[in-house]
Amino acid sequence: MLSVVARVVAMTIKELIQLRRDRLTFGMILGVPVMQLLIFGYAINADPKQLPTVLISQDRGQIERNIVGALERSGYFRIVAQVSGETEAERLVAEGAAAFVVTIPDRFTRDLLRGERPQLLIEADATDPAATSNAVAALSQLPRTALRHDLPGLVAEPGFEVVIHRRYNPEGLSAYNIVPGLLGVILTMTMVLMTSLAVTRETERGTMENLLAMPLNPAEVMAGKVLPYIVIGYIQVAVVLLAARFLFQVPMLGSLGLLTVALLAFLLANLAVGLTFSAIARNQLQAMQMTFFFFLPSILLSGFMFPFRGMPG
Amino acid sequence: MTPLAIDVEGLTKRFSGRAVVDKVSLKVPAGEVWGFLGPNGSGKTTTIRMLCGLLKPDGGRGTCLGLDILAEADAIKRQVGYMTQRFSFYEDLTVRENLDFVARLYALPDRRRQVEATMDRVGLASRRSQLAGSLSGGWKQRLALAACMMHAPKLLLLDEPTAGVDPQARREFWAEIHALARDGVTVLVSTHYMDEAERCDRIAYIAYGRLLAVGTVKEVVAGADLSTWIATGPGRDDVARRLARVPGVATAVFGPSLHVSATDPTVLRRAIEPFRGDPRLAWREAEPSLEDVFIHLIESATAAREKAA
Repeated sequence: MLSVVARVVAMTIKELIQLRRDRLTFGMILGVPVMQLLIFGYAINADPKQLPTVLISQDRGQIERNIVGALERSGYFRIVAQVSGETEAERLVAEGAAAFVVTIPDRFTRDLLRGERPQLLIEADATDPAATSNAVAALSQLPRTALRHDLPGLVAEPGFEVVIHRRYNPEGLSAYNIVPGLLGVILTMTMVLMTSLAVTRETERGTMENLLAMPLNPAEVMAGKVLPYIVIGYIQVAVVLLAARFLFQVPMLGSLGLLTVALLAFLLANLAVGLTFSAIARNQLQAMQMTFFFFLPSILLSGFMFPFRGMPG
Repeated sequence: MTPLAIDVEGLTKRFSGRAVVDKVSLKVPAGEVWGFLGPNGSGKTTTIRMLCGLLKPDGGRGTCLGLDILAEADAIKRQVGYMTQRFSFYEDLTVRENLDFVARLYALPDRRRQVEATMDRVGLASRRSQLAGSLSGGWKQRLALAACMMHAPKLLLLDEPTAGVDPQARREFWAEIHALARDGVTVLVSTHYMDEAERCDRIAYIAYGRLLAVGTVKEVVAGADLSTWIATGPGRDDVARRLARVPGVATAVFGPSLHVSATDPTVLRRAIEPFRGDPRLAWREAEPSLEDVFIHLIESATAAREKAA
């Protein structure tokens, strides 16, 4: 029994010594939780509030102010612009500057006072349903809370109707957001990991020494390392796009040619990160840890896991 | 006069301020087989890496195959064959794929035929489709040798090629080395084996980064000007222990015998005098072996360093 303890203690001491020697792993053990805490704590918010909202009001007055006030009080909406036309509003949503467009139609006050239950139109950018769903849910309270103070008893509750349009993704399918996002996740993960391991493997197995002794310069070694992964990257893209189209019924609306060109920049950036890691890492384990270190914040902050709108500006 | 394959002077390399190779000068005539000996960490690998253009020397100058080691490192890489100490081919590639890779890197003409011919020459043809990782030590070493001579280099730098290889494979390896030398290839081979040193035309002995002896085995032994006595018998370990502290005297136990050597015969006689009467030991004077000379060289180098420090 005593010897079991002695052997376990011997192993434990050896592990601790090795851990201390491997500065990088040691740093990771301390650094990763701190990083996770900071990122999770500050940047990640599954219930994003203060979403940028554009107001189109064709009926200025007290009722408009009440509705805007109620929207802002809910905490989910922040009026960032007031525009006169729909084209302007559309542009702001398409650019991502606004997540909602609130339209108060002409004669809203009149219809309200007549008890005709006018419609308030709210258009939501539903590309990422998770980002806007809570805000949309909060809208159901709007007709009751908006007019409580100014027109108590004057209007039959609910005095107006909220019509919600989910732009870009009317059925609120999360696949529309997840599947294209996966393209980025898969590419980042494989490109960075594969290249960081590819070079480190040569160093670790001693084959790098041989490569350098042969008529081959470092740039040629790197080019030869990166080239196959560019091809693999494009194969992955093709697989994801085909799966998106035929398994998840995600339509491809943009230009395939533009995507192909833009992806090359994305692939090269990731491969460059991988090569950098492989130059710093002394073995494959370290390269893998660095990849993880890079991958974790990049995926957590990309808007793929948690809504981008919830992160601090 | 035969041209020199290696002609370097004052070659120096420092790693974090410490001179790992310290003013090494070597003149190796073309077509000779040279043994490069010295303890672990004495600077053999570093010297070889500077010779083949892998490492830039901090001091000194010279040529390999007439090419400047500082300015023409790339050209040297193309014409020299370097076999690394550690097996450095791809274990997850087959024998043929490894050789094919090397042939492509050197842009060899008629690649396929060259690869086949090389495999035939070193007897790897029947193992062409075997993964390099599954080869035994001796075959791995043959593959490595085959790969570094496929581009027909005029100079081969072999860094401990026979470490961990069985005697049979070593013998065949040396037969190959001598065959290459007959074809005019110059070979510099580092080793720890005395029998391999004796197979070389000349040897160079390095310790603490400095060349301590250069020449044929005979010259090196004679140059050390060593006197050696051999004591045989069960008391040899005691004597070895007690003589270890005597300055200027080197000891080495070989099986039942103890070799005691010193440059000064009177010092040697005085040192062994107290043990001459030991009835368990039989003493005789002998010719020093190469190993005795090396032990003496390293011990006096160590003593000199300690004195300096």
